[in-house]
Amino acid sequence: MPSTLGTADVPAGADAGTAQAPAVLEVANLVTRFASPDGEVSAVNGVSFTVGQGETLGIVGESGSGKSQIFMSVMGLLAANGRATGSVRYRGQEILNLPRARLNRIRGSRISMIFQDPMTSLNPYLRISRQMTEVLVHHKGMTASAALEEAIRMLDLVRIPEARRRVHMYPHEFSGGMRQRVMIAMALLCQPDLLIADEPTTALDVTVQAQILDLMRDLKREFDTSIIMITHDLGVIAGLSDRVLVMYAGSIVESGPVRDIFYNPQHPYTEALLKSMPRLDDDILGELPTIAGQPPNLQHLPTGCPFRPRCVHAFDRCVTDAPALEPFDRGRAKACHLEAL
Amino acid sequence: MTETAARSSKAPLLSVRDLRVHFPMPARGILSRRRDYLKAVDGVSFDVRPGETLGVVGESGCGKSTLGRAILQLIPPTSGQVVWLGEDMASMSEREIRAKRQDMQIIFQDPLASLDPRMTVGDIIAEPLRTFHPRMSRDEQRRRVDEMMAHVGLVPEMVNRYPHEFSGGQAQRIGIARAMILRPKLIVCDEPVSALDVSIQSQILNLLRRLQREFDLSLIFISHDLSVVRYISHRIIVLYLGKVAEMADRDELYGNPRHPYTQALISAVPLPDPDAERAKERIVLYGDLPSPLDPPSGCYFRTRCPKATDHCARMAPDLYDVSPRHRAACHYWDQPTPTREHPEAGVVGAEGLTGRAQS
Repeated sequence: MPSTLGTADVPAGADAGTAQAPAVLEVANLVTRFASPDGEVSAVNGVSFTVGQGETLGIVGESGSGKSQIFMSVMGLLAANGRATGSVRYRGQEILNLPRARLNRIRGSRISMIFQDPMTSLNPYLRISRQMTEVLVHHKGMTASAALEEAIRMLDLVRIPEARRRVHMYPHEFSGGMRQRVMIAMALLCQPDLLIADEPTTALDVTVQAQILDLMRDLKREFDTSIIMITHDLGVIAGLSDRVLVMYAGSIVESGPVRDIFYNPQHPYTEALLKSMPRLDDDILGELPTIAGQPPNLQHLPTGCPFRPRCVHAFDRCVTDAPALEPFDRGRAKACHLEAL
Repeated sequence: MTETAARSSKAPLLSVRDLRVHFPMPARGILSRRRDYLKAVDGVSFDVRPGETLGVVGESGCGKSTLGRAILQLIPPTSGQVVWLGEDMASMSEREIRAKRQDMQIIFQDPLASLDPRMTVGDIIAEPLRTFHPRMSRDEQRRRVDEMMAHVGLVPEMVNRYPHEFSGGQAQRIGIARAMILRPKLIVCDEPVSALDVSIQSQILNLLRRLQREFDLSLIFISHDLSVVRYISHRIIVLYLGKVAEMADRDELYGNPRHPYTQALISAVPLPDPDAERAKERIVLYGDLPSPLDPPSGCYFRTRCPKATDHCARMAPDLYDVSPRHRAACHYWDQPTPTREHPEAGVVGAEGLTGRAQS
């Protein structure tokens, strides 16, 4: 079981001093800013959380919520105009803004990341065999033939039919779902203990999505891999996560165990998001509840609480004070001035 | 129920009969006489009645977008009939078809890509008026644009701004205003909310339903999202490789799906409910969509179907009548489909990842 179920995601220091083994990933006060012609834009505003061994953390948010930029910062993949501050520890070791050479020892071998578009990770000009063996030769010092066998075994694992033949194909020769599986196989080559998946099924058809989600559940069960699942799809989060972070305008607005988030949301945004989506297990036939207004413009965030202009519960204090993420109950936290919803 | 009955008693606005759209593919070689055809739409029939929303659902490559465009004659059908208010469009001249387009409009998935970036919002919305009513005065055009902007929830100050200044949700409202300005009878909506954030999707869905009520509008709503289609549609057709797998009224389709593909699609949708999602039984499809250039013999779905038999390989199924308004293209529609529980329940994975690797 995840070791951090009882730990709320509050800034470092609050839960310091616990004598357990360090978390797989510990992010503290991460701030990510981008330079733009109109001044600096904050994409991530002081985010803190941990991921325990074997835990699946779901991160949900809409466009502009900062959910992807957190992990671009963690992986050292920010665009040239981006800058991240704060702390990111992988098993106790600080990795934020490490020089490229040192980061590369962790990236791809201990921590792997997969993306919505597999072609972000696959080189269209190279055969899959070359792309997969390179990693093993480089990170693990394997011989070319041993690496090829390992690559075939990995493709087999993610259920690519006829892996021995297909390993020599080019990315464009695979269907979308298979390409996604190839990317997952590549991400797993060095048996990472943390897999970061950024909208890995968003571009896929629903029946293929179901296959990929099955695969991720198998990984979790069989290898005790820690998984961070970033998505806008609340259904994907519900089926896979142990714990959930809800992001809005660069901040965590609510965090907690998956059942609490879905059955008893305590931030108005989480509640509104859950109510506004049409769902197969509901019988709303009249108007759908909506969230008024537009997603936040990071260049012109409102004063006080960033969700305030769209919040049906907003009151005076929400205009003047930005609510901090405060722990409540067991393992939960929210950034809202309301006592309870 | 009475509402559905009232709608289904009206004469159809649009009748589509055995519609086919086959795209010729490049010949295989210079000496080859054989020509391959991609059968994007392959014998589809349905009716749309006034005030009704027909949902068209299916995965990528099923032909749903081609179907929408062929109905509007934006892609010429290879064969079959599109009958608009009793008139076969195949017998109409180019000019007559153009005139009919006042009554049938389309909105797209990516609203920003479908709006001319150099035109102001007001000009974009007014353009169909200028095309079809060239003698209408500027003042009258302006009045109608203002009125339609109010209907779709755009404030009047936006009229002189450009599309790039708008978020996805607002841009989709502009696309809807432009489609609505001629007061059409039918709008084909091709994945209109797929690119939008969850919180904006519901705003646009509510808007489409409100416009439908106010203007007795018919919608053909094309989407891969089964939850969205269920919310907005009265009647639904499920497409697989260009053919109708199943068609039924909304509650019947979701409550009593009979085609294994429909059953698999519905069961694959992740529910935003952790306990239900982890406990539910699923019908799992293996493999990927076959190439539409080389579809399987017999039933197109059999290569992924959990209950396919030799018979399915020999014989393509007809659309069988499950009940008067429900049809399914499966030889075994009245037999149960094997299900599989959620992997976390430990049923799958008996062979498991590592088990597979060692074998």
